[in-house]
Amino acid sequence: MILSRRKLIGIGAAGAGGLLLGGCDRLNDSETFRGVLGGATGLNQRTQRLLMGDGLAKEFSEADISPVFKANGSLAVGDPAYKAHLARGFADWGLQIDGLVKQPLMLPLSYLKSLPQRVQITRHDCVEGWSAIGKWQGPQLGTVLAQAGLLPSAKYAVFHCADVLEGAQYYESIDLTDAFHPQTILAWAMNGQPLSEPHGAPIRLRVERQLGYKQAKYIMRIELRDTLAGLYRGGGGFWEDARGYQWYGGI
Amino acid sequence: MSEGETDPAPTDLPHAVTELQGGDLVRRHSLVTRLWHWTNLVAVTVMLMSGLMIFNAHPRLYWGQYGSNAPGHPDPAWLDLTRFNGGRPFPGWITIPSNYSLADARLWHFAFAWILGLAIAAYLIWSLLSGHLKRDLAPGPAELAPANIWHDIKDHARLRFPTGLAALKYNILQKLAYGGVLFVLLPGMILTGLTMSPGMNAALPFLVDIFGGRQSARSLHFLCAFGLVAFFFVHIAMVVLAGPINEVRSMLTGWFRLPRERPGKQEEDAA
Repeated sequence: MILSRRKLIGIGAAGAGGLLLGGCDRLNDSETFRGVLGGATGLNQRTQRLLMGDGLAKEFSEADISPVFKANGSLAVGDPAYKAHLARGFADWGLQIDGLVKQPLMLPLSYLKSLPQRVQITRHDCVEGWSAIGKWQGPQLGTVLAQAGLLPSAKYAVFHCADVLEGAQYYESIDLTDAFHPQTILAWAMNGQPLSEPHGAPIRLRVERQLGYKQAKYIMRIELRDTLAGLYRGGGGFWEDARGYQWYGGI
Repeated sequence: MSEGETDPAPTDLPHAVTELQGGDLVRRHSLVTRLWHWTNLVAVTVMLMSGLMIFNAHPRLYWGQYGSNAPGHPDPAWLDLTRFNGGRPFPGWITIPSNYSLADARLWHFAFAWILGLAIAAYLIWSLLSGHLKRDLAPGPAELAPANIWHDIKDHARLRFPTGLAALKYNILQKLAYGGVLFVLLPGMILTGLTMSPGMNAALPFLVDIFGGRQSARSLHFLCAFGLVAFFFVHIAMVVLAGPINEVRSMLTGWFRLPRERPGKQEEDAA
């Protein structure tokens, strides 16, 4: 009796476990169920925006900086034009700003360095779970966008990058809330040195209230758009397209 | 009252049950407790399994503000499971989804987190307002006396569970275990989880300081999860030992059959 009851419980538990797993995988493949889960993602973004307002990401002291800041994603760029610019220290390179702007711009690196600078020591959180702390310097993205002048229809800033991952061009996008956040900068220096190639020379985005995959490196062009649809695979970023990561990277 | 009779006054047990004895059916768990228990089981199960998938993306844990595995210069990790199962230590049969997908696991984790968080918040508020907390869960000073705790540990070790009316009240080890889940482990899961979000760091900057940094919070998140897993196994073992059908029925329907007195043990238990 005891044995058979134990056996029954064991069979029951194994059966329940199997059903649970099979059921979860079937749900995971169901577009309807994914839609429900995705609804929570939208709720998360709205809730966080409500709670944080204009709040700043935590800033650290020099003593907190990681001994080695892990470089991730692309560590080098294959494009010959990029390689030529890198060899010349980006002396005659320019950042292109276009799309839904009043005045398209081409801004040399020296000009970006001459704008008012923000220096911030912040924590970089990879979606995988690791963190590294580094010191970043560059002009605020808001300053640069204000110089181009946004058209009323502009909703997103898209960062077109020089690197190619898994055969696809890297890109990322943020909305104007984060684009005009004071800690959102176009960083050209890390830990007091011009950005190295693994860390995204000549400039990378720092959008400090979001995860690492949003921090686009090797930015060549910033395009203002009213929608992310019709751009690459429509996810609004390389990892969003390639792996289905959430576009809002605040969690 | 004859054995098996099913209509003792179902509410306000401490006042109404003085005539009850082993074998009687009584109302034990309120509807709110039962709803929360099963909702929480589903939520915790999904959170654990999707969480193990997320952990597989970086199976190292650190203390402090930062921590990474920069090639050649990894930060010191207090737990490193990278060498197991090809760098994905938790196997597919225990993760959601069962194939490696950090994006899908995050989709599940951050949706079911709402169920987990809202359910425990509602349950704690209800427990406080209804008196459940004070009446059934809060240990009194006499219960917390080391001698009483030691007595209870010995009873558990001998598998001598309370019978009759005494079985209706939680003993001190139960109160500590349930209190630990309700007030330490589940809130700990939620708060350390929020701390790992860069957006929530900007919204609630003090949280990350409470836990000593994001990587400490991530470690504590993992430790709290394994505290819940440990609770789960002990809980299941106790349910099985105490009579699984009676225990599960009481958490499904509310009705619990008082365990019969062991011959000659009645006075000792009452003491």
